[in-house]
Amino acid sequence: MSLDHYLVLAGILFSIGAATVLLRRNAIIVFMGVELMLNATNLLLVTFSRLHGQLDGQVLAFFVMVVAAAEVVVGLAIIVSIYRTRRSASVDDVNLLKS
Amino acid sequence: MTFTAPHVDWAHLSPVLIVLGAAAVSVLLEAFVPARRRRTVQLAFSAAALAGAIVAVAALWSGVKSSGGVRVLGTSLIVDGPTLVLQGTIALLALISLLIIADRTSTGEDAFAPSAASVPGSDYEELARRQGLAQTEVYPLVLFATGGMLIFPATGDLLTLFVALEVLSLPLYLLTGMARRRRLLSQEAAMKYFLLGAFASALMLFGIALVYGYAGSLSYADIATATQNPTGLDTLLLVGAVMVLAGLLFKIGAVPFHAWTPDVYQGAPTPITGFMAACTKVAAFGALLRVVYTVIPGLQWDLDVVMWTVTILTMVVGTVIAMVQTDMKRLLAYSSVAHAGFILTGVVALDAAGVSAVLFYLLVYGAATIGAFGVVWLVRERDADGVILGEATHLSQWAGIGRRHPWHAGAFALFLFSFAGIPLTAGFVGKFGVFSAAVDGGAWPLALLGVLASAGAAFFYVRIVVLMFFSDAPADEAPAAAAAPEETDVAVGGGTSPAVATLVAEKAPALTTTVVGTEGFAAVAIGLCALTTIVLGVFPTPVLDVISHMSTFLP
Repeated sequence: MSLDHYLVLAGILFSIGAATVLLRRNAIIVFMGVELMLNATNLLLVTFSRLHGQLDGQVLAFFVMVVAAAEVVVGLAIIVSIYRTRRSASVDDVNLLKS
Repeated sequence: MTFTAPHVDWAHLSPVLIVLGAAAVSVLLEAFVPARRRRTVQLAFSAAALAGAIVAVAALWSGVKSSGGVRVLGTSLIVDGPTLVLQGTIALLALISLLIIADRTSTGEDAFAPSAASVPGSDYEELARRQGLAQTEVYPLVLFATGGMLIFPATGDLLTLFVALEVLSLPLYLLTGMARRRRLLSQEAAMKYFLLGAFASALMLFGIALVYGYAGSLSYADIATATQNPTGLDTLLLVGAVMVLAGLLFKIGAVPFHAWTPDVYQGAPTPITGFMAACTKVAAFGALLRVVYTVIPGLQWDLDVVMWTVTILTMVVGTVIAMVQTDMKRLLAYSSVAHAGFILTGVVALDAAGVSAVLFYLLVYGAATIGAFGVVWLVRERDADGVILGEATHLSQWAGIGRRHPWHAGAFALFLFSFAGIPLTAGFVGKFGVFSAAVDGGAWPLALLGVLASAGAAFFYVRIVVLMFFSDAPADEAPAAAAAPEETDVAVGGGTSPAVATLVAEKAPALTTTVVGTEGFAAVAIGLCALTTIVLGVFPTPVLDVISHMSTFLP
């Protein structure tokens, strides 16, 4: 396995996550897409960390995990409060703010 | 094996430590102080913490001015001139916003839901309202957000940049969803802000990983060195740098990353809108300035295309769309997008004059923004029985308000003139600074376009002033008639249930517009903002001098 394989895999995972965010309608699924993007980045960070032979990238990966956990707390709180109001978590139903 | 304690320069961290420490203590206050006294204690404590941060910045000032700057915690944080100016600005603006956030109307209502977790329209919400509950968690959240903002412009490596971005964003997502009135709009704005914000920070993180892969280090100084020695991986660097810039431009609200701005500004509780419009922009521009000036100047030739395109689009789109808005908060949101474009011309200029011009512009723009949203919060609908309802945000409802409430309308007009850049207001000095820096830096087409866009923007600012002072207040039915059908359209078009529709369309017939009486904090805050706008417009020289001596980045 060369560096390229890891880069391509991380790129594919990141693209799947980004596509999920942009195309899916359920807020929870959209949120899962964001998490996939973050984890693809973690793979990339660990790969580069190994490539450069130092730990900076791995440390950043740990920080990303912590931040992702904090994001889940805030995000689910918001999504759940909307779901309790409307009985729906679809981002299409949430359209009172018009542009 | 011996443990070597790292050397930490606590003194230079003090502004950040004071605010974040106070935020942590404030969470404890929430748990231990009795409910009745909680608001007073929290307000006094938060205000003292922010004032303490301002004092800490002042105490560090002369040392940093003579030494040029200090690196703290290895290379994680850089405390230099621009950092201190930005931290002082953020703490000052946060303190002023805190006054508006804390204020209550004469009926004892603040801007936040009595219990943000309750379902809108439920019995529990009504009970919480009658019990007079208050969501005092607002204060620690504001302090945490401010702490993140203080770190953001001081970051010296990409790890701290990412963490600071999240620390400032996460509390803002929550605060956005806590409005007392029009709660569905507020929750919706919170969800949009959260999903788009998380998406943008994931993009930025991927960019950080790519830049790290290229440079083999997260620190700005090492990356700047690495950009000067081309290797075979230039694509990594370029794509990574663009993605990091995209993350920062999202926070600034630059086109094409501005889609969240109008929705979030409209849905959030108005005092929070003022807070985040001013302080987030200051912090994000601080971080952007440092990245553009110290990390990627080696890529200037490649990235100029991106920055120029974004700047032009931001100015043009912000100005043009603001012209057709009918909602006051959306109009101010698009105006803030246009202002992001004006400030970007100073960033693109890439010279020392550009830095000090941007720093000054951020201060005056922040003061005017907080004041303007403060006035918007006070202008309310009143029904036939004299009960004060939500904010009167439709433009037609502002007609003739200048005759009945000359002070509030006068202050609002002053802020609008400052936005428009009329001479003798601070906005003029700020605009003159960034545009002349852009001309000196060789970006004269941007400056020219900026002047044209400002002229276009002046059109809708002046239109509001004319509406407030020179048009007659409509008869009682008129504003409701103008606004009501539209609200119904929105509710029906959304396919929501009738119960939801009534919640949204809380307008009853025969609404009039009035300025609500408050405990007075908001009036003090608006007065401070107006004073800043006038003083910095008439005597800008001392402040400009002070800033220009503090505008050199530590490389």
